[in-house]
Amino acid sequence: MSPAPPDRTSLRDRPEHSSSSPLSIHAMTVAYDRKPVLWDVDYDAPTGRLVAIVGPNGAGKSTLIKGCLGLVPLASGVVEYRGRPLEEVRQRIGYVPQRESVDWEFPVSALDVTLMGRYGRIGWCRPIGRRHRAAARECLERVGLAGLENRQIDQLSGGQQQRVFLARALAQEADLYFMDEPFAGVDAATERAIVEVLRDMRDAGRTVIVVHHDLQTVPEYFDEVLLLNMRVVAAGPVEDAFTRENLQKTYGGRLTLLAEAAEAIARGRRGRDRG
Amino acid sequence: MNSLDPALDLFPLAASILAAITCGVLGNFLLLRRESLMGDAISHGVLPGLVIGFLITGDRSPFTMLIGATVAGIATVLLVMLVRRLGRVEAGAAMGVVFSVLFALGVLLIERAARQTDIDADCVLHGQLETLAWYDAPALWRDVPAWTTIESIPRQVWGLVIACLLACGFVIAFFKELRLAAFDPGLASSLGLRPRAIDLVTMVLVAIATVASFEAVGSILVIAMLICPAATARLLTDRLSRQVLLSVVVAIATAVLGYRAATVVPSWFDDESVNAAGSMAMTAGIILVAAILLAPVHGVVSRSIRSRRLARRIAVDDLLATLLRTEEARSPDAVPASAVNLLRPPKPAAIERARRSGLVEGRSGSDLRLTEDGRRVARDVLRRHRLWETYLVEEAGLSPDHVHDPAEVLEHLGPIPSIRSSRDPHGRPIPDPD
Repeated sequence: MSPAPPDRTSLRDRPEHSSSSPLSIHAMTVAYDRKPVLWDVDYDAPTGRLVAIVGPNGAGKSTLIKGCLGLVPLASGVVEYRGRPLEEVRQRIGYVPQRESVDWEFPVSALDVTLMGRYGRIGWCRPIGRRHRAAARECLERVGLAGLENRQIDQLSGGQQQRVFLARALAQEADLYFMDEPFAGVDAATERAIVEVLRDMRDAGRTVIVVHHDLQTVPEYFDEVLLLNMRVVAAGPVEDAFTRENLQKTYGGRLTLLAEAAEAIARGRRGRDRG
Repeated sequence: MNSLDPALDLFPLAASILAAITCGVLGNFLLLRRESLMGDAISHGVLPGLVIGFLITGDRSPFTMLIGATVAGIATVLLVMLVRRLGRVEAGAAMGVVFSVLFALGVLLIERAARQTDIDADCVLHGQLETLAWYDAPALWRDVPAWTTIESIPRQVWGLVIACLLACGFVIAFFKELRLAAFDPGLASSLGLRPRAIDLVTMVLVAIATVASFEAVGSILVIAMLICPAATARLLTDRLSRQVLLSVVVAIATAVLGYRAATVVPSWFDDESVNAAGSMAMTAGIILVAAILLAPVHGVVSRSIRSRRLARRIAVDDLLATLLRTEEARSPDAVPASAVNLLRPPKPAAIERARRSGLVEGRSGSDLRLTEDGRRVARDVLRRHRLWETYLVEEAGLSPDHVHDPAEVLEHLGPIPSIRSSRDPHGRPIPDPD
């Protein structure tokens, strides 16, 4: 059984998705090594809100982000940003990967990393102008790192490194942001600083979608939640969707059943391929 | 022979320097992506490509060679990715398997074609710098610019000039993209800056550098130059732009020193000169070892000096704190001392150092007293120690009889806990800051 051909048609004719939504995901399925990680995800993000993606380990939270950004191939599904495909709007979409995903011994300064957020805007082969440097410095100030701009990134604490990533996202001046666990392993002061910056972004009309692992702080930090465990369990304003029942569905018994089903299918496919 | 002769040395030296720069510049990005071995893989993998190119067309023109080798270089990269994915082995193992197999294939093909060709595996490995001798050269170096014509420059040198321009031009034009692709391919790709394409072009350039170099300097030098100058420069700076510039300087120095060493060093032992490419690769290794030992911040020596200095400071600090604690224990309102039993006897070297710095006076033993300066330092150490003890009990929830040892370490380090208290968990006073 080969995977269904990717459904590349536009979502314009699908009334359940709105072309005014900063992010519309339709029927996204992603598989690693034939083992499905995300199944048939449908989601429309609201404008100007902070959205938490919540779910257990292996629920496909990072994969959802990577699928939206075209960093992993989709087995099927369509992603649109205000009714347009990713290729047309790349510069308007920001990405903050997990802190461990990069080599912090890399020979660059905090300012160098922040400036990377502006590379798309600067364009291929063009030198980095003074205007961009000034903008990047301002972003470092906004996250409370003024004076550390020439520090090699290895000489920063974990919390400061995370703030550099945030400054880089700010420097990109995108409309929609994906952040993968920006609160992982940071100190209390950094956590407060990050929340403050996120709220500023929201108040400026940006949409920020954050993979978050601390259930306790979801109602305090976020407006919307997307409960994910291979498929969307619930999504919507925190008051409506972040309920005990939905959490149970996300983290509880159903998870193991679904995971087993996926496992069985993957095994079946492998067996068939050999035979 | 102790001076350079235009006829024998001009073009070999120029070829060596050009090859060193080309590989040195590209090596920076292989190093940062932890793919240095890929250069090794490509430079071995191109061998069958060279031979097949020759066997198909029957001529040894650089263009045929370049096509064959570039195809083989790209095939090496793709094969490594394939073996890695299908064989589920780590990158190093995949590269090792692919390049040794391809190189072996190249050697077999050469043997098979031996009668028709003058390529052999040896010349691929260490090159034939001697073929670059310029028999019509002027006797004096100052006549060289006037005598040099386009025709007098050997084909191999032209190839290296082109490869060098390509590599340097690529790195300068795409510096920003190369930096991002190596640091954070995820962001690069989300911005549409195609990290995979950049990676592929880098690999193709490595293949071109290998082909351009192999005839003159051989692949041993290519491998050494892809790794050593970049690794040396990485130890000397923490900024990528400076690292790339330094790697070029190191590459040039390596080529010149290595080339000279090939004739000069054996002459000390009344021996004949050795293969220059081999000598340059050795020099690259020696310079890297020197950088590992002597680099200002990341070097072994400076790190050990720093840690020895810290150890000395700690020994003196501990001595001063012990003296202050002893004074405290003698005073009438002293808290009964159990902790004094925990104090280690001071090292004689620490006493000597403290006396020289004017921190203590008197002879050793019970006669040793703190000076005013010494008392100030001791009060600071004791203050840090007791603040840490208080912090560990109140904030970290340790029991009072478990906090001395960690506080003994923490008192010597940078941070001071922000805690307000006048007594430590054992009831002893915490000295005020000066």
